Amino acid sequence: MVSGLINENPVIYERKQRQQRSTQSLPADEYTVEPIDQQEIFDHIRDIKDPEHPYSLEELKVITEEAVEVDDQKSYVRVTFTPTVEHCSMATIIGLCLRVKLLRSLPPRYKVDIRVAPGSHATEAAVNKQLNDKERVAAALENPNLVDMVDECLAPSFD
Amino acid sequence: MAETTQLTRHIDSYIHSSSTSTHQVSSLDAIGLLIKTNALTLEALVRELDVYLTSTDTVIRSRGILLLAEVLTRINSISLDSKTIHSLVGFFKERLADWKAVRGALVGCLELIRRKSDVGMVTGSDAKAIAQYFIQHLHFQSLGLYDRKLCFELLDCLLEHHADSVASLEEDLIFGFCAAIDAERDPECLMPAFHIVESLARLYPDPSGLFASFARDVFDLLEPYFPIQFTHTTSGDAHVHRDDLSRTLMNAFSSTPLFEPFVIPLLLQKLSSSLHSAKIDSLQYLRVCSSKYGAERIAKYVGAIWSSLKDTINTYLMEPNFSFTLAPTDGIDFPKNEVVIEALSLLQQLIVQNSSQLVSLIIDDKDVNFIINSIASYEMYDAVSVQEKKKLHVIGRILYIFAKTSIPSCNAVFQSLLLRMMDSLGFSVSNIDGLKNAGILASQSVNFGFLYLCIELLAGCRELVILSEEKPGTCFTILHSSSDFLFNSFCSVLAVSADRFPPDPDIYIGVKGLQILAMFNLDVFPIPKSTFENILKKFMSIIIEDFNKTILWNSTLKSLFHIGSLFQNFSESEKAMSYRSFVLDKTMELLSLDDISLPFSLKLEVLSDIGMTSMKNMLKILQGLEGAIFANLSEVHRNLTSYDTAVQLLECYSCKLLPWILENGGAEEFILQFSVDIWNQAGNCMDFNSPFEEKGLLDATMKAMKFSVGCCSEESQNVIILKSYSILSSRTNFQLNDVQRLPLTFEKYDISLRDEGILLLFASVIIALRPKTHVPNIRGILHLFIITLLKGVVPVAQALGSMVNKLISKSNGAEKSDELTLEEALHIIFNTKICFSSDNMLQICDGSINRNEIVLTDVCLGMTNDRLLQTNAVCGLSWIGKGLLLRGHEKIKDITKILTECLISDRNSSLPLIEGLDENNEEHKGDHLARKCAADAFHVLMSDAEDCLNRKFHATMRPLYKQRFFSSMMPIFLQLISRSDSSSSRYLLLRAFARVMSVTPLIVILNDAKELISVLLDCLSMLTEDIQDKDILYGLLLVLSGMLTEKNGQEAVIENAHIIINCLIKLVDYSHKTLVRESCIQCLVALSKLPHVRIYPLRTQVLEAISKCLDDTKRSVRNEAVKCRQAWASIASSRSLRF
Repeated sequence: MVSGLINENPVIYERKQRQQRSTQSLPADEYTVEPIDQQEIFDHIRDIKDPEHPYSLEELKVITEEAVEVDDQKSYVRVTFTPTVEHCSMATIIGLCLRVKLLRSLPPRYKVDIRVAPGSHATEAAVNKQLNDKERVAAALENPNLVDMVDECLAPSFD
Repeated sequence: MAETTQLTRHIDSYIHSSSTSTHQVSSLDAIGLLIKTNALTLEALVRELDVYLTSTDTVIRSRGILLLAEVLTRINSISLDSKTIHSLVGFFKERLADWKAVRGALVGCLELIRRKSDVGMVTGSDAKAIAQYFIQHLHFQSLGLYDRKLCFELLDCLLEHHADSVASLEEDLIFGFCAAIDAERDPECLMPAFHIVESLARLYPDPSGLFASFARDVFDLLEPYFPIQFTHTTSGDAHVHRDDLSRTLMNAFSSTPLFEPFVIPLLLQKLSSSLHSAKIDSLQYLRVCSSKYGAERIAKYVGAIWSSLKDTINTYLMEPNFSFTLAPTDGIDFPKNEVVIEALSLLQQLIVQNSSQLVSLIIDDKDVNFIINSIASYEMYDAVSVQEKKKLHVIGRILYIFAKTSIPSCNAVFQSLLLRMMDSLGFSVSNIDGLKNAGILASQSVNFGFLYLCIELLAGCRELVILSEEKPGTCFTILHSSSDFLFNSFCSVLAVSADRFPPDPDIYIGVKGLQILAMFNLDVFPIPKSTFENILKKFMSIIIEDFNKTILWNSTLKSLFHIGSLFQNFSESEKAMSYRSFVLDKTMELLSLDDISLPFSLKLEVLSDIGMTSMKNMLKILQGLEGAIFANLSEVHRNLTSYDTAVQLLECYSCKLLPWILENGGAEEFILQFSVDIWNQAGNCMDFNSPFEEKGLLDATMKAMKFSVGCCSEESQNVIILKSYSILSSRTNFQLNDVQRLPLTFEKYDISLRDEGILLLFASVIIALRPKTHVPNIRGILHLFIITLLKGVVPVAQALGSMVNKLISKSNGAEKSDELTLEEALHIIFNTKICFSSDNMLQICDGSINRNEIVLTDVCLGMTNDRLLQTNAVCGLSWIGKGLLLRGHEKIKDITKILTECLISDRNSSLPLIEGLDENNEEHKGDHLARKCAADAFHVLMSDAEDCLNRKFHATMRPLYKQRFFSSMMPIFLQLISRSDSSSSRYLLLRAFARVMSVTPLIVILNDAKELISVLLDCLSMLTEDIQDKDILYGLLLVLSGMLTEKNGQEAVIENAHIIINCLIKLVDYSHKTLVRESCIQCLVALSKLPHVRIYPLRTQVLEAISKCLDDTKRSVRNEAVKCRQAWASIASSRSLRF
């Protein structure tokens, strides 16, 4: 087993400017509903740290705002992420981080679907299956080492 | 004899270092004092110390020597004869070799060297001997930090005070210094060390002398220190700042031209370093060194410096701000960057010093030539590539510096570069005359790049003209001949057509260019008057026609403002005249013209901006404004638009123009006249319908009146109050003189709308008066106010509050017979009997016998059956109370007593249910309303009012009045709340106390957090019931969150953690205010930081409540919920997915 990093020299992209939403301060707006949208989901996950580099998933372009699909009415969200290299063994960890973060940030009514972008990973089907299997996700989170790793990656996204 | 024993005791306590350090210092001081007061001679002291000074025990010896030395520092103002000094020098000098006692020797030598000539100085030969001994016998590196510092200071002092005698040591001195500084790393030692280099360089200035041969060696020692960078942050009190040390090193570097062959290459090399501070330091050092070394020595490096400067600016220059601000800027405005600023000032220094060299460099520079040759292709901002844009910005900045620095460099760049640019665009110089008459250029010849560089050149040239009085010849000629051409080109950028809409930077360039052209100074300026006038005409036409192009319009207005401000001090010059006729007069015309389509709000913006250019212009604008206001006021009833217009004009006057006048002063006459005219207008409206019946207009007029009066001095206020009083007494149905004598019937006070308008206007005058202004017939006015107050006219209550706030108190000793004192006024207010003859008739009379007669406070308590009356009375009372509270008057206690009685008097329980049910319900509602008003009165008392009783309206304010009031009210409220048995009075008490708490400064609340917290929570849970209380609820939550975050409050919070959390959990889904939910969740986050023992049991409850908030309707709440959930979930490490 090679002990080095899987992708030693990743390309770093610029962070997208945080969009300032027009804040609602009008009294008439008090009762209007602001549905959960693409940008909000993206804001939840953009700062998750890559498991092997001190950069955020956004900076590595593992996730983009366009890769988030959300339907608030149907309580459904799908995040498609792109591992930096095809054979990246971290893909499952990244997927797990995304899932845990969204489970913790979204209301329980939501169904979360995480998948690897088509053609971006060598064992795409296996990874997708693993990430969306409830039992396997639950089992993974029983593993203290994995949970510590996930928590470390999620830490910056809670600030 | 007694002194001797005393002395021995002091000596002992110092030498046997068993005593504390403060004790030792006081012993030293005592010995010093003995010598100063001549009770002890130095010889006697030395004799006394003899055993210690020569002891073989090193500890005792070193303490002894140190004692003698420290005593010397304390008697540095006592004159000593030369023999004593000589023998002391001899002693300390010898001791330098004794390394175990070296501290004392160093302190002693240093002190001796530092002595001034008037108290006996060390002789030259002695100084030299110290230096010699010092160099031979001391081993610097083996000494401690403080001793090394002393060594450097000693050497520094020797060089400073005895340079001539030390100079003869020559090589030894330099060797000694080199040995000392080698491998020194402490900033505190380096400060004097660097200074020594400076002194050495001064000592041996000969270019072929001693220092020259050692320059290389000395510099080798200095070089590693550049750039100064601290790896450890210094702690302790006597630390040296990086900047200070860097400056000292810079002085050492620049101390002698002998360093030049080593310094400049080093700095150039470090300039390319990636370390930010290295870059800044290099640039600074280069600037100082080149000015010290002189043009000749620098000449050979200029080329190298030039190219690395260009690189540096290129790297660090950011995108310019293409936007106009009210703050004046010259040239294009770039975001501030330290490196760029330093680089440009180095460039400026070089231009001053090596002018011709730099000029030839820039003219032959390949980047500059590239830009100039390809200038034709930079047609629009968006069409230029990023790289070239950057180059353009850099060249622009450099040209700006060239043009602004000196006349020759300015002429050179104009002559060669500007003309070449024009050539490459196809306008040869000879053609210019032809172009003059060619009129507006075709739009395709608009060229962004060219105009951009022109602006930088023009801005630089303008600054040069301002700073130097001389006229730069050539560039003026060029400017003069090409001014029309430039004008046309700038205008053509702005030309907007259907198919061509220029991007923002192009608009900026166009407007900025015209502005700079117009701002060329006054009479020495090379721009002909006609061009100047054309620019103004162009700007005004934009203002009038292009109002829908926001950016263009705004920039133009700002430019006009800048141009106008320039003439503030030259109001008689030719150009100021043209400005007045072309801009000011045109602006005034705008007001009266109805046919142009410029929206009225924009007209007002133009009006106020142009007015703010100078006082003279402002006065003119104000006159126009006044005319327009009155013209519209008289039209109000016939024309709806003039109603709106009048309101807007008044708003503009009070919100924009008056604050400016207040800041700049000097227009009081106008303000006075304006106020009087408004009163005239109000009086004249008697015969036909008054314009003031309209609510919006009345409010605007009141505001304008209030602010105007507030701005005035006492004299003017006196005039206004007399005028207004005469209108009030003559033109209304109020009978001010009778009001005290007659028992008046209610009918007489059935106020007509018109009378109410005038009364309100009068109240606004009263609100804004200064304390010393005399109010006529004040008794009559007080009576009038009391009665109208009961009618529910709030501004009248505010005016009454202002009056009691400002009246002179009897205790202050102002006993003038005609002036009403505060006590008398209060007597009138609280003891005047109001008579109710029948149902709703109210009368006012003094001392008449009537079985229904009651005073104001009785009305507040609900003695009458009219609840509306009670509400009005309570409201009035609250404003009177506020006036008293602000000045810290005792009477406030009575008022709060009445208010709290209102709160707890639960009439319903005592009223028997004899009348019909419906009627009783009505009655109940009214009663509740009146009591609620009493609770809200506490808000009036405590909060800062916008409309009256503030600094703007000259209120008397006692410092910390809120704190005082809160501390006096808190125990009362706490007691009443705990005692109250009926739910309605408990509700009202809590509500009132919530009002008080939410505006009290947090620091006071924190002091009593323990007692307050349970009441606070009661308030929170009770206020959720009524939607209308949501703002009070939010205010209270802020208080709670303050408690949670401040240290003082936390103790109380920890004890009550669970009840706080339970209360907050109920609030997280409060649906009527997002901010309540948000801050509630934030409070929960703060609570998660408490000791886990207290909060762990509640974890599940909180998490359950929060998970509902994840589905909140508002995004901000959801985001807070995510954070809160994480904070609570991570209290215990959990493997569960959900938590």
